[in-house]
Amino acid sequence: MIQFVARRLLATVPLLFFVSVVVFSFVHVLPGDPAILFLGEEATPETLAQFRARLGFDRPLSTQYLEWLGRAVRGDLGRSLRTNQPVTEAILQRLPVTLELLGAALAVSLAIAIPAGIVSAVKRNSGVDLASTVFALVGFSLPNFWLGLILIYVFALLLRWLPPSGFVPLPAVADNAKSLILPALTLGTALAALVTRQLRSGMLEVLRQDYVRTAQAKGLSQGVVVGKHALKNALIAVVTVVGLQIGGLLGNTIITESLFALPGVGRLMIDAVFSRDFFIVQGVVLFLAVGYVLSNLIVDVLYSYLDPRIRLG
Amino acid sequence: MMDPASLRAIALRQFRRSWVGQVGAILVVLFLIVTVLAPLLAPYDPIATDFANVLSPPTRTHPLGTDDIGRDILSRVIHGSRVSLQAGLFTVAVALTVGLPLGLLAGFRGGRVDDLIMRGIEVILSFPTLVLALGITAVLGPKLIHALFAIGIVFVPHFARLIRAQVLTVKENDFIAAAEALGASDVRVMRLHVLPNCLAPILVQSSFSIAFAILTEAALSFLGLGTQPPTPSWGIMLAMGRGYLEQAPWLGAFPGLAIFVTVLGFNLLGDGIRDALDPRLKT
Repeated sequence: MIQFVARRLLATVPLLFFVSVVVFSFVHVLPGDPAILFLGEEATPETLAQFRARLGFDRPLSTQYLEWLGRAVRGDLGRSLRTNQPVTEAILQRLPVTLELLGAALAVSLAIAIPAGIVSAVKRNSGVDLASTVFALVGFSLPNFWLGLILIYVFALLLRWLPPSGFVPLPAVADNAKSLILPALTLGTALAALVTRQLRSGMLEVLRQDYVRTAQAKGLSQGVVVGKHALKNALIAVVTVVGLQIGGLLGNTIITESLFALPGVGRLMIDAVFSRDFFIVQGVVLFLAVGYVLSNLIVDVLYSYLDPRIRLG
Repeated sequence: MMDPASLRAIALRQFRRSWVGQVGAILVVLFLIVTVLAPLLAPYDPIATDFANVLSPPTRTHPLGTDDIGRDILSRVIHGSRVSLQAGLFTVAVALTVGLPLGLLAGFRGGRVDDLIMRGIEVILSFPTLVLALGITAVLGPKLIHALFAIGIVFVPHFARLIRAQVLTVKENDFIAAAEALGASDVRVMRLHVLPNCLAPILVQSSFSIAFAILTEAALSFLGLGTQPPTPSWGIMLAMGRGYLEQAPWLGAFPGLAIFVTVLGFNLLGDGIRDALDPRLKT
């Protein structure tokens, strides 16, 4: 196991290096001059030159990259062009909101998908199965920004049960939870649909296996057979699908945070895109990509723990 | 080995039996009809304003109501389908133009070329899709073409990986060895023997990708980074509806429904074709 983790970690290092090259290229290589985009078309050549010199854009690209990488490795992602706040500080300030939203969305999706997937497989071809299959097909195609608007309309504007937007930080637990229910549902529904579908087919596959039949023949109750023997193996499929969807979740936090005015990392990025604060955009993209690579690494390790054939193969 | 004509017949029969695929096909055909006939179907000019009729709820003259400057929502939803189709086709075209040769090359050549291409693909896959699309759009500037280009680039790895995997399977067949033994060049083998065998999975992937492209274009436009007003785009209409949610909920309801039904159609169609081609994958 340790060997497997070490091997995966080692493979991650060059990947992160190339990720850093891509992120650096965002501002420096893609067509579109950051100086013009920031200062506007009407800026004089002198102002543009001053801007480029101030940020070191007039030096060779390789020098700029190495300096940027050296600072990034130490956690220094530069400063905001608008507020002069260190980019790392801006991200870390907003990170707890994003992490809380991600955690809540994951919890909501699993709370819907695990019972739905199990019941759907155990009661195959029943009304419940049909309902959860329709949910699995529909939930994945629902645009989350539209779902969010519907939820706001029904639960905040019509019923007035929950706030339409905004975030109440901890330790105000009840208000914090209230401010996260609708965003978590908005973000988690597509994942719930995918997991339901995957868990249903995983369970159906496992329920056909000989060892499940043996367990049933031994006279074990349906609950024990499903809970202890079938579910454990079907959960591997859930880990796979959740792992594959982490990227989608991270991307969709941007929309969800923007829709519900949550002060998270995604909102920071959108605000920076509109105010043309390139270093914030660059920093957030790098931060989210590194977070994504590392979370994939964790999923791989978890997956190999659940299914030893992976690390032995 | 079965001849391709009977394989096609089996796949077609399987597809006809699947209600998922059929519903998908109907929705996609309806979407295409609306897109092609948009100027004929739309009752009004989608950008014509009517200040005497702002925020009108659905009525006989305006079946889906009007927006905050009196534009007919039905006409805008109908014309908005064109932006969505453009988004789906353009992004898949970008992804295929780059991903197809990369996948063919990686799978066919193998060795260092394969390693190099696969590492590059892994790097692009290290970015959450929407984050990469947003980053690219941010630097290039908020325009529909930039957003579509960004989404297309994000799709490249999916197509390249799929085609590579398919090539690796097809390469093992005797007919490839026979063609090579007869002196066929690499390009000829790829074009005549490998590529036709990759078309089915490409079709499935394209259907899912069009669905995802429509969603992503709408998301970027919703955030203000895709299509720019006054062009009718479902994402922009939803963003506008957000401001009048309490006062005029129909503003956001119909474009949202249009996105949902279209995306559902392409997803179901992709599911149906995939199941017909390989019933083992049916979930």
